[in-house]
Amino acid sequence: MELDHLGTRDAAREETITADRRRFLRAAGLGGLALALPGVLAACGKEIAAPAAVKLAANTDIGDAATVTLNFATDAGVLNYAYALEQLEAAFYVQVIASPFGGMTATETRFLTDIRDHEVVHREFFAAALGSAKIPNLTPDFSGIDFTSRSSVLRTARAFEDLGVAAYNGAAMYLKSTAYLLVAGKIVSVEARHASAIRDLLEPRTSHFAPDAFDDAFSPTKVLAAADPFIVDTIIAINT
Amino acid sequence: MKLDTPLGSLGPDITARLLTRRAAITRGASTSAVVAVGLRMASVPVAIAALSRDAFAQGALPEVVVRVLNLALTLEYLESEFYNTGVAKSGLIPAADRTIFTTIQAHENAHVQYLRSALGSAAVPKPTFDFTAGNGSGNGPYADVFTNYETFKAVAQAFEDTGVRAYKGQAGALQPYPAVLTAALTIHSVEARHAAEVRRLRGNFSETSPNEGWITRNMTDIPGTAAVYAGEENATQLGIDLTTITNIGVDELTESFDEPLTRRAVLAIVAPFIV
Repeated sequence: MELDHLGTRDAAREETITADRRRFLRAAGLGGLALALPGVLAACGKEIAAPAAVKLAANTDIGDAATVTLNFATDAGVLNYAYALEQLEAAFYVQVIASPFGGMTATETRFLTDIRDHEVVHREFFAAALGSAKIPNLTPDFSGIDFTSRSSVLRTARAFEDLGVAAYNGAAMYLKSTAYLLVAGKIVSVEARHASAIRDLLEPRTSHFAPDAFDDAFSPTKVLAAADPFIVDTIIAINT
Repeated sequence: MKLDTPLGSLGPDITARLLTRRAAITRGASTSAVVAVGLRMASVPVAIAALSRDAFAQGALPEVVVRVLNLALTLEYLESEFYNTGVAKSGLIPAADRTIFTTIQAHENAHVQYLRSALGSAAVPKPTFDFTAGNGSGNGPYADVFTNYETFKAVAQAFEDTGVRAYKGQAGALQPYPAVLTAALTIHSVEARHAAEVRRLRGNFSETSPNEGWITRNMTDIPGTAAVYAGEENATQLGIDLTTITNIGVDELTESFDEPLTRRAVLAIVAPFIV
């Protein structure tokens, strides 16, 4: 049972995700991942009692954005926060490799492909760990990024990696499970390695790879506000 | 682009959360006043130190916090003296690479300062080090550490990767103390930035394994560092066999997660460097 990874203490029953029906179903079709429908959840086992963890809003108005609520009082909410950020990062690097900027060197291709793979692994890991408790696939909005421009791509990568580091650093204190805290720690240092390397590509052999003796630790609200322009959906953090 | 600007520093929002999060740091107006001083100085370390100090009555740090921070302090003493010595050694570090090491040096000294400040009288004194890993003989396996730049970089990498793993291994112990946990994590990720830079520098920024910024399986090209990388080949997280959830190769799977080291393993790694 997928939810076994979440244990019983932080069952996802407190998660409430409302989503536009059309957007939701489209995401399921495009994403290729199983969509957690109420019926599926109900059949899924004892950890998920009614009300269902995921419910579809009746709203069928135009518009593509889902609204996702992350409850930081539960470990599932915190892990879904990480899952959301990893979805964003993975989608970004997938596009970077799919449509490389002009003049991308073989070294840069190898390097960015590695990072893409790491972020996809992170995304798929959280999807597997959360099982039926996971939030839907998010729709990125990369309209502000010029994927043909090395500078635009690397500067965006820097922003995402630094934000990821600050997000994990700031969210760790919400986790109740020591196992989840440890796994978050295993990931954040890899994000920091990415941040360092991307920064060094932008400003080689300077102090840019590590601009301060202490990294940032951002609140979920601050992180989500920073990420908001890059995500079509609306993500709300509660109980922070 | 909005995110292209620096993302700022530890803000009042997370500060407030740190202060209200758990009983261990629930305090009244005096807490806010102390933290406010740090924030007015616009200094993350000062704010963090204030938070950490203020989370507990002075001199009454929980034993587990003292134990963890003193382990961290020992490693930071090791790193800071290593870089202080290397940077001061004429002819060791090429001019082109100097900024990399003076940057790391400054950070390690700041970490020492922070940890000593947080620990107060409970801080352990700085040991005497033998950076050749000779237990005081000065003639260990890295005997040319301050005359051969390649050896210097190799030892630096081993220290940084050990530091990342050491902080990570203590996260669970700090979990009941969110302010200290968060402060430790903001150091932990900086050590990872250092590690990536030194690793890539050693590979002349060619981004080829094992000199990429990340750790591939338990690979190392540095003699005597098997223990530093032992366990990094792990590809199972939270009971999930990562090879079953994507078709991404095992090298990248293991690169995606850094593994912790126990206190015992860390002390065994650094023992030859301590007289």
